[in-house]
Amino acid sequence: MNPSLSLFDRIWSEHEIRQSASGESLLWIDRHYLHEGSFHAFDQLRNRGLNVAEPGLTLGVADHYVPTLTALRNGSRPADPQIMAMVNQLEANTRQHGIPVIGLHDARQGIVHVTGPEQGFTHPGMVVVCGDSHTSTHGALGAMGFGIGASEVAHVLATQTLWQAKPQTMQLRFEGRLDPGVTAKDMALHWIAALGADGARGYAIEYTGSTVQALSVEARLTLCNLSIEGGGRCGLVSPDAATIDWLRGRAGVPSGAAFEQASAHWLSLASTASSRFDATHVFQASDVQPTVTWGVSPEEALPIQARLPQPDAEGHGARAARIADSLAYMGLKPGQKLTDIAIDKVFIGSCTNSRLSDLREAAAVLRGRKAVVPGIVSPGSQWVKQAAEAEGLHDVFLSAGLEWREPGCSLCVGMNGDLLNPGERCASTTNRNFKGRQGRGSRTHLMSPAMAAAAAVAGHLVDVRTFMGLAT
Amino acid sequence: MTPLNHLDGWACPIPLANIDTDQLIPARFMKTPRSQGYGPYLLHDLRRDDTGQLKPDWPLNQPPGSEAQMLVTRKNFGGGSSREAAVYALVDHGIRCVIAPSFGDIFASNAVNNGLLPAVVPDHTAEALLSALGNQCGQAAVHLEAQQITLNGQTFAFDIKPHWKVKLLKGWDDIALTLSHSADIQRFRAQRQNHLPWLFP
Repeated sequence: MNPSLSLFDRIWSEHEIRQSASGESLLWIDRHYLHEGSFHAFDQLRNRGLNVAEPGLTLGVADHYVPTLTALRNGSRPADPQIMAMVNQLEANTRQHGIPVIGLHDARQGIVHVTGPEQGFTHPGMVVVCGDSHTSTHGALGAMGFGIGASEVAHVLATQTLWQAKPQTMQLRFEGRLDPGVTAKDMALHWIAALGADGARGYAIEYTGSTVQALSVEARLTLCNLSIEGGGRCGLVSPDAATIDWLRGRAGVPSGAAFEQASAHWLSLASTASSRFDATHVFQASDVQPTVTWGVSPEEALPIQARLPQPDAEGHGARAARIADSLAYMGLKPGQKLTDIAIDKVFIGSCTNSRLSDLREAAAVLRGRKAVVPGIVSPGSQWVKQAAEAEGLHDVFLSAGLEWREPGCSLCVGMNGDLLNPGERCASTTNRNFKGRQGRGSRTHLMSPAMAAAAAVAGHLVDVRTFMGLAT
Repeated sequence: MTPLNHLDGWACPIPLANIDTDQLIPARFMKTPRSQGYGPYLLHDLRRDDTGQLKPDWPLNQPPGSEAQMLVTRKNFGGGSSREAAVYALVDHGIRCVIAPSFGDIFASNAVNNGLLPAVVPDHTAEALLSALGNQCGQAAVHLEAQQITLNGQTFAFDIKPHWKVKLLKGWDDIALTLSHSADIQRFRAQRQNHLPWLFP
């Protein structure tokens, strides 16, 4: 095996069916996830009279539009009929084509990028697609996961393949130990702030180095999830012993001798010290601080102890204008301390940060404390919800005064009716602080679950380490 | 898909960077069937006030803007969410070409799949086009074969990936092309299943 090849190179060549004259490759797709937004693609199939090529390699998951309030799910309160129609439409479209579906009332229901890996439907070495940009999440298991649009969803449904130009590769290497209170979320916001929201545009990212190797698989899922926020086509971590341990025993992975055979194959794909990348950036874990966004792009992020930028100090160019525009939208003053920013709401959830370890980190801060602002905690899946409840985490959130909801995309994308009011400011564990993302006029600050929990207690952005008895 | 080579019409300036797909179409409009048209939702919350009225200071909202075929904007246009609805909103408004220094990856391929040209220009070209337009739409021409933009008698070059150029020029549809390779795909599948059987539950 050629040692200069990276994990990504190996996955790519293993999936290449043929090349076009203009240099694109026809790739085989191992797994295709669908959510409610797939209706455009099903409409395209219907209009052309096409069938689904591989229903067994496809999985529908209801998440984007599902209500997170139990009362709206069990019918004890009337749900918005237009929203419920979206959920029902996914179930009807998938059933019509014989595609398995995890619907609203399924015991495995959850966010596609939480439930899919949890159910073992994603394996290392796969090519995984979904009509959702955060499909990069699956790269944490050593898979090439990327988001596609509706026309491409239709193409995959009809052919189980996709034409793609091979992206260049970028290594993001993190070395050393993270300080207590610093998480994979902070690593992601740190590199995106350094390289920009389009800093990895078009690249296949591989996260390497001792810091990444030491991360749990759940933390790697968070890191890879945010690859798209730096513009990456996908983001991967090479499979290792932690990956194998995490996968063993899951529903969709082989068992017994087949698991050992599969594991050997997965490990053989991993990048080595001699693997070559088209670009490399090296970061020191000790430089990563608890980080929050202050503006309207994930690149507008700073360590919590920092002050907001001064547009005047940036001259009069486009950059100064952009900073001024972001500050104005966010209702913030130039040079203001981040820790002086008061919040109205807190949201803990989303495909970025709703796994059991995320909820444990948030609960560790909230235990025995009260939130001074209202907030929602939405576990990533029914499995996460039950596991959290078995540990009593829901009692911690409820005692703190937060709501303990059902799983779904919820306040990350604002499609299911969970929205902020105009002008409201939210400490959020989600992935996008775009204008209006959480509702028209909403103001989002992205941060880790522990930092969001700390903000809920303080009522303003705050360094979580002050709650951990750590000097800062 | 309609082939695209020459465009001749109004180009509209939007001098903003990082216009993400949430701005191009807010999520709340995405329950709408495509047949109803997505044009009215284009940049909804940016170019409309709280009552839904078009803001008069937006060039896109002035009379030629409603007929614009081209947009000129700043870097990282169409980043973020993979929603193809962002492209539907542009196309249903009548836009056939967006000129910018860079595009979100998924947005660009969605654009090409809907006959919308993502024309990549250097930063200085985008700035030159924006200052030539000022705060209003202007007459411009785009020639895809030659990869040229013409505005006020000046000509600028743009970039497009070669396979996207071919697709747009010919109006090709990927599904028909791919289905012509069905035998190759079936052979590949059989080999993969034989080699890695656990991938096929």
